[in-house]
Amino acid sequence: MLDAFKNSVDYLSNPTISFSLLTVLTPLLFPPTDWFDKINRKLRLHLLWTKTGCAISMAVITFFFAVGFLDENFSVILTKADNFPIILMFYSIFFCTWLAMHKAYINDERLEKGLKPSEYNDPDDKVLVWPDLVYIEFIALILFTVFLVVWSILVAAPLEEPANPASTPNPSKAPWYFLGLQEMLVYYDPWIAGILLPIFCVVGLMAIPYMDINKKGDGYYSFKERRVGIFIFMYGWIVLWLFLIVLGTFFRGPNWNFYGPFEYWDAHKVVALNNINLSEYFWVKLLGTGLPDNILLREFVGFIVVGIYLFITPVLLAKTVLKDMVKSYGLVRFGALMTFGLVMLSLPIKMYFRWIFDLKYFVAIPEYFFNI
Amino acid sequence: MSDKKTIPNASIGSSAENSYKKPETTRRSFLSWLTVGWAAYIGVTGGFFTVIIRFLFPNVLFEPPQTFKIGYPEDFSSNSVDIKYKKQFNAWVVRDEESIFALSTVCTHLGCTPNWLPVESKFKCPCHGSGFRMTGIHFEGPAPRPLERFKISLANDGQILVDKTKSYKWEKGEWENPESFLKV
Ligand code: FES
Repeated sequence: MLDAFKNSVDYLSNPTISFSLLTVLTPLLFPPTDWFDKINRKLRLHLLWTKTGCAISMAVITFFFAVGFLDENFSVILTKADNFPIILMFYSIFFCTWLAMHKAYINDERLEKGLKPSEYNDPDDKVLVWPDLVYIEFIALILFTVFLVVWSILVAAPLEEPANPASTPNPSKAPWYFLGLQEMLVYYDPWIAGILLPIFCVVGLMAIPYMDINKKGDGYYSFKERRVGIFIFMYGWIVLWLFLIVLGTFFRGPNWNFYGPFEYWDAHKVVALNNINLSEYFWVKLLGTGLPDNILLREFVGFIVVGIYLFITPVLLAKTVLKDMVKSYGLVRFGALMTFGLVMLSLPIKMYFRWIFDLKYFVAIPEYFFNI
Repeated sequence: MSDKKTIPNASIGSSAENSYKKPETTRRSFLSWLTVGWAAYIGVTGGFFTVIIRFLFPNVLFEPPQTFKIGYPEDFSSNSVDIKYKKQFNAWVVRDEESIFALSTVCTHLGCTPNWLPVESKFKCPCHGSGFRMTGIHFEGPAPRPLERFKISLANDGQILVDKTKSYKWEKGEWENPESFLKV
């Protein structure tokens, strides 16, 4: 029984499957359109945001970790001092998301009935930032400091032997909060995964207030009034960032191969990962000739694919599905939104191409360190 | 929204006795203090950076030589990878059917040090899973180009001499260069 559970978890954690599951689940949990909302109601997924839903989910998470601690393979990963924050992260992220959605659903109902949101206060009845808010923050700060101090006393920092360039530990993992980045590096050239994409993440997050012109939902929780925005954010945050961290922590073992959480880390696990560039697919496999010497000619398919993706898609979308959006957003804002959105989406696209077609790079010019 | 403004009683400057008083400063004393201040500032920062720059030049340097001898060609059996020199010189010595060459141990993806897996007969990087064949050609994972080779030649005494100051890149066609391998 328990073994069957472990095996199925191992099977599902295969990134192709788990990533697809999450990708399907996110729009169902945070339905961006009426159609998704209908399925959400039909599957009764909205019950997740009730108090019972919270209790059950917490119990499921705890059960999962309890089984993990008793398992000889998973417990090795779980009890590593580095990974303690990830366990906390499961609880805290779920709780924060749940709390926001819980309150949002209450407000959505109130607004539908024509009531004011539950956070509404009489403007004359306001409290001051100082001291009311600052005191609360100060107390939270002290409590958190106490927690950190106790933690650092109880759990020794996981120091390793002095750095030695000649031997890299296997697997070699970044600190937990960087594991999402490290996972991106598996699919992208360092200058994209390590520099360009992080810049896009940070700048994109900063640009949200300028790109999101929805005036509703200001000062109170609500889901319905900004469901598309919440969905996009949740997908980027939970699937493209947090899940990649979990993947890096729990599912990556020796030689950076995939392992199910309950699977033994066999350093000799043989995984065929023969990766091929798009140019080789085109010239060698499709046309049966050798790669041309001219770099631009060699990579022209890749350039076309990337060009279509980055420059033609936004135009097509603007002319068809998103016509109204262009009107209300204006060209500049729409363009910025598309740029960030397409760059963000390029990550899962690239991941799937790697998993399914063993595609390494769309454009591969190692001569000039330019690989996409 | 109401228009009334509340000025909290506790704010600075709300009562007469702790209100701001104009200090008495003459032009002359101000200038001399300014000079003292700048001098102190320059002195401290200058000293700080001097110490820091001094720190960058250690008294002794424990660096392995860039050029080193690794023994005679007969010492290497064919179709094998010698990992003896990995630790000290960051190089693998590989001998295939017709040549001996020295591979750099720096992964061409982000610079981790791969491991030689004799059973699978490949170099495998523990950081993002790039894999290289015995020849140094990349075939797995994200590494965009093969491992680099170092200059290799025979010294006068018949030993193999590896020179790490020169490296040869496959993607530039430099592996054809007779300095990048040793015919045996
Ligand atoms: S550094 Fe070797 S695979 Fe990334």
